[in-house]
Amino acid sequence: MIFLNDGGVTFSHWGHFMGTNPVIRTLEIGLVAGFLIHIVQGILLMKKNRDSRPVRYQVVAPAPNSTWYSRSMGLLGTLLLLFLILHTAHFWIPNRANQFATGEELNLYQMMLDIFADPLIVAVYILGCISLAWHLLHGFWSAFQTLGLNHQRYNAIIHFIGTAFAIVVPLLFALMPIAMYFNWVN
Amino acid sequence: MKLTLKIWRQKNNNSKGEFKTYVHDHVSPDMSFLEMLDVLNEGLVKKGEEPVHFDHDCREGICGMCSLYINGRPHGPLQTTTCQLHMRSFKDGETITIEPWRAAAFPVVKDLVVDRSAFDRIQQAGGYVSVNTGGVPDGNAIPIAKKIADEAMDAAACIGCGACVAACKNASAMLFVSAKVSQYALLPQGQPESKERVEKMVAQMDEEGFGACTNTKACEAECPKSIKITNIARMNREYYSSMFTNYEVTVSGGGD
Repeated sequence: MIFLNDGGVTFSHWGHFMGTNPVIRTLEIGLVAGFLIHIVQGILLMKKNRDSRPVRYQVVAPAPNSTWYSRSMGLLGTLLLLFLILHTAHFWIPNRANQFATGEELNLYQMMLDIFADPLIVAVYILGCISLAWHLLHGFWSAFQTLGLNHQRYNAIIHFIGTAFAIVVPLLFALMPIAMYFNWVN
Repeated sequence: MKLTLKIWRQKNNNSKGEFKTYVHDHVSPDMSFLEMLDVLNEGLVKKGEEPVHFDHDCREGICGMCSLYINGRPHGPLQTTTCQLHMRSFKDGETITIEPWRAAAFPVVKDLVVDRSAFDRIQQAGGYVSVNTGGVPDGNAIPIAKKIADEAMDAAACIGCGACVAACKNASAMLFVSAKVSQYALLPQGQPESKERVEKMVAQMDEEGFGACTNTKACEAECPKSIKITNIARMNREYYSSMFTNYEVTVSGGGD
C-alpha cells in the first residue's frame, strides 16, 4: 500500500484496521504464539540433532548431496530472529506500547520514512529478507514432506508455490525500505 | 598409485581415538577400496603392527556390511557401497581421510567398525509380519498393482548399511526406518499390523538416539540402493494416521 505513493493515506487507513480490529488482534496473538512455539521447537530440535552425533567428522563434503540452505535452517532462523527483534523494536513494540498507554496509534508511515533514511538499517532489512527467502525456499515444501504430504501428482505444484512464495513475499518486503530510502515514495 | 591415508584408529569403545597417517604406495587403480585396505593391512601385519579393522562381508554390494566415511561422504565419492568403489575414482598422490560412521546410536567398536545393532532392534520392534499367512498363494490370487509392487520392492532393496544416518547432518535414521515400514505398508500382507508396526518402530528409533529429519535429502543422494524420501513421507503419513486412529496399542519403546 505504500507503493500507491499517496503520502500514506491508504497505508494508515489499513494500518488502523490491522491495529484495532478485534479479529485481527486475536489472530495476532496466534501469530506471536506461533513464532514463539516455532523458535522454541526449532532450538529443541537443533539440540536433539546435535546430540545425535557427539563426535563430529573430521572431513565433511555435503555439497554434492544437499543444498546449503537446507542444512542451514538453524543459522537462517537465527538471523531471522535477530531481524525480527530489530523490526518489532522499530515499529510493533513502540506502537502497541503507545496504544496501551494512550489509546492512540503512532504515525507508522512517518516512522518508516524516518527509519528507512538510514542506509545501514535498509541494508539490515534487505539481509533479513534474503534470509527469509532461503528459509522459506526449504521450509515450505519441507513442511509438506514432514506432514507426509508427498505425492507424485502434487509435488510439482507444491514446489512451484513454495518457490514463488519464497521469492515474491521477501522481495515485496525488501522493496518497502528500498523504495523509501530512494524516495520512490514519500 | 601412491596415496596418503588418514585413518581413524581407536582401540575400543572406551578409549579415545585419533587419526593416524599411512603412506600407501602399492595401489592399483583396479583395486576395490577394500582390497586397497587389505594390502595396507598385510603390510601392517608384516611389520608387526595392529591391522586396521573395518566391516565387510559379501564384497559384491548386496549385504550392507561395509561402511567407511571417505573424504567426507559415506561410501566415498560414488553412490555405491564401499566394496564396489574402485581406486580409479581417486587421483594419484591424493590424501584420503577414512572415518567410521559417526552417530550416538552407532558406537565405535574398534577403528572403523561401528555397532549397527540399533537397526536390528528397530527391525525387531515391528519390521515383520507375525500373523500366520498360510501357504504361498497362487500367482495373482492377491491382486497388487504393478506400480505398487515395484514401489514396495524398491523400499525392500534397503540393505541397512547406515549410509543414510552417516550422511545426515542430524544422524537421523528416517530413511532406513521408512523403507522398512514402506515395504509392508504398501502390500496387503502388511496391513493387519500396519499401525502397530509404525508406532513401535518409530518409538524404537527414538529410543536409540537417532536425530530428527529436516528434509535435506542427503540420505537419498548417498543411499547405495537409491531409497527415496517418498518413503519418509509415507512413514510420516502412516504414523500420524496411526496416532489419530489406533487405540489398541500402548507403545513401550522397549522393542518388545
